[in-house]
Amino acid sequence: MSNQTLEIRWHGRGGQGAKTAALLLADVAWKTGAHVQGFPEYGPERMGAPITAYNRISKEEIRVHSNIYTPDLVVVVDETLLESVNVTGGLREDGAIIVNTAKSKDEIIPLLKGYKGAVYVVDARKISVETLGKYFPNSPMLAAAVAVSQVMPEADFITEMQASYQHKFAKKPEVIEGNMLALTKTFDSLREDLKGAKALVEM
Amino acid sequence: MAIRDRMSGNEAVAYAIKQINPDVMPAFPITPSTEIPQMVSTYIANGECDTEFIPVESEHSSMSATIGAEAAGARSLTATSSCGLALMWEELLVAASNRMPCALALVNRTLSGPININCDHTDGMGARDTGWIQIYAENNQEAYDNFIQAYPIAEDKRVHLPIMICQDGFITSHAVENIELLEDEKVQNFVGTYQPEEYLLNPGKPMAVGPYSVSNYAMEARKNQELAMEASKEVIIEVAKKYKELTGRGFELFEEYKTEDADYIMVIIGSAAGTAKQAVDDLRAQGKKVGVIKLRVFRPFPAAELATALKNCKAVAIMDRCESYNGNGGPLGSEIMAGLYRDRVFIEAVNYIYGLAGRDFTVNHVYDIFSELEDSVVNGNKIEQFKYIGLRE
Repeated sequence: MSNQTLEIRWHGRGGQGAKTAALLLADVAWKTGAHVQGFPEYGPERMGAPITAYNRISKEEIRVHSNIYTPDLVVVVDETLLESVNVTGGLREDGAIIVNTAKSKDEIIPLLKGYKGAVYVVDARKISVETLGKYFPNSPMLAAAVAVSQVMPEADFITEMQASYQHKFAKKPEVIEGNMLALTKTFDSLREDLKGAKALVEM
Repeated sequence: MAIRDRMSGNEAVAYAIKQINPDVMPAFPITPSTEIPQMVSTYIANGECDTEFIPVESEHSSMSATIGAEAAGARSLTATSSCGLALMWEELLVAASNRMPCALALVNRTLSGPININCDHTDGMGARDTGWIQIYAENNQEAYDNFIQAYPIAEDKRVHLPIMICQDGFITSHAVENIELLEDEKVQNFVGTYQPEEYLLNPGKPMAVGPYSVSNYAMEARKNQELAMEASKEVIIEVAKKYKELTGRGFELFEEYKTEDADYIMVIIGSAAGTAKQAVDDLRAQGKKVGVIKLRVFRPFPAAELATALKNCKAVAIMDRCESYNGNGGPLGSEIMAGLYRDRVFIEAVNYIYGLAGRDFTVNHVYDIFSELEDSVVNGNKIEQFKYIGLRE
């Protein structure tokens, strides 16, 4: 793929919202004027089974309709997948991986099969429980994907997500504030690590 | 002003249906087309369209009810995939032979077995000789655009045939992408009000639909049906021209992408055409003279037009997302090769089978195929005329 397209691969387990996060990312990137693709890879769907979802984001029209084999960014929503799925397969060395874990980056790196690119960790469980009272990893992981890829400015993302959640949770307005807080807390948790980091793909 | 939006292919077709607001939609759910009736019934429940939705107990019934409604004089449609289309087999022929201009949103999925829910064209290709017009889409935008053109084609007096608007299961049906939508009013003006000349619920003019025909007459009915299919070609082109005036988006029987000076051309249907176009751009940047023909209209089959489009290239790769189990190639391969021979176009032609049961098709596959064609022409290395790409070693 041309280097003007940001390609993201999501690894999660059925029911955790990795597909929803990919679709939300497509949605919010679309709102900032980009061309987007957000699509899941379907197998025998069941709760807990490993699932993969993808994003392409570009300033140009996107015509390729295949899965993504050399992603710029991999987002691992469930760290137990590090044992069973080759999450770094094809991941570009100038790209990045984000793992949802309570472990430190130094503890995660040895589990990444020698991957030499940038590694980020997000404790989505902690953030989610603190802000929503329950474990929904997709809002923190979505924020982490935007923070690390720098596909759009943080302020634009926050503004668009506020509108998105207002629409999505029109019948459950009590969860909007918690979700917004989850997004900003995730950005805050990565701020130190991302100092000096550039956008994964210049568009 | 076009409305900029983002939707999956299923959402796009459901939205087109809402805008067209047809009279009757009988449907039975099957993956990956389930969302279409689901979303349309939501639109109906919300009062956004007033289509009569008929939940039925099988696809045999959904197509039967579609035919019944259409015969009564109502603009009708249904949606399905895979085994659902297979179960409609008998009714598909009934719809076409009774000249019912109903529509079907087909979300292409393979058929068993091994049981699998993913995309290939086995379902649509299995119905290729049922007398339906078949139009295939590359992406959500085309699925939407094709659907809006469906009734003006099918209901034209020169045609009067049912129409199947196809898109690739999951690959486009479940992928959210950018799309430009039309305003409801523009869609309704374009599609117009259905005014059947003859229909059952017309007390002033009693008629029968589907009576027995003795051998003295039945063959003429078949010939008339065949003539209508031939005539649909010019109607499809006329409707596309009008649609272009409305939207700026032009359609033909097939799209020729960088083929004018191409030595090597790939003919392909559906979402994989986009992947092929990207590969063509990459190879063109390396100086390779390659191009893609994306076949949009499979029925009626534009054999002569394709032969003309291919006659100046050195070799063609004909891509089938379907296995015919005949030891001789896929449906597109067989039909294009027959057309080339009939028009005395003697070029190297290789029929590739790809993407069965959701096997991914990538830009690398396209590079490999063009490289194989070039090797065959330049170095005289013989390629099998019918082969698989993307198979596990």
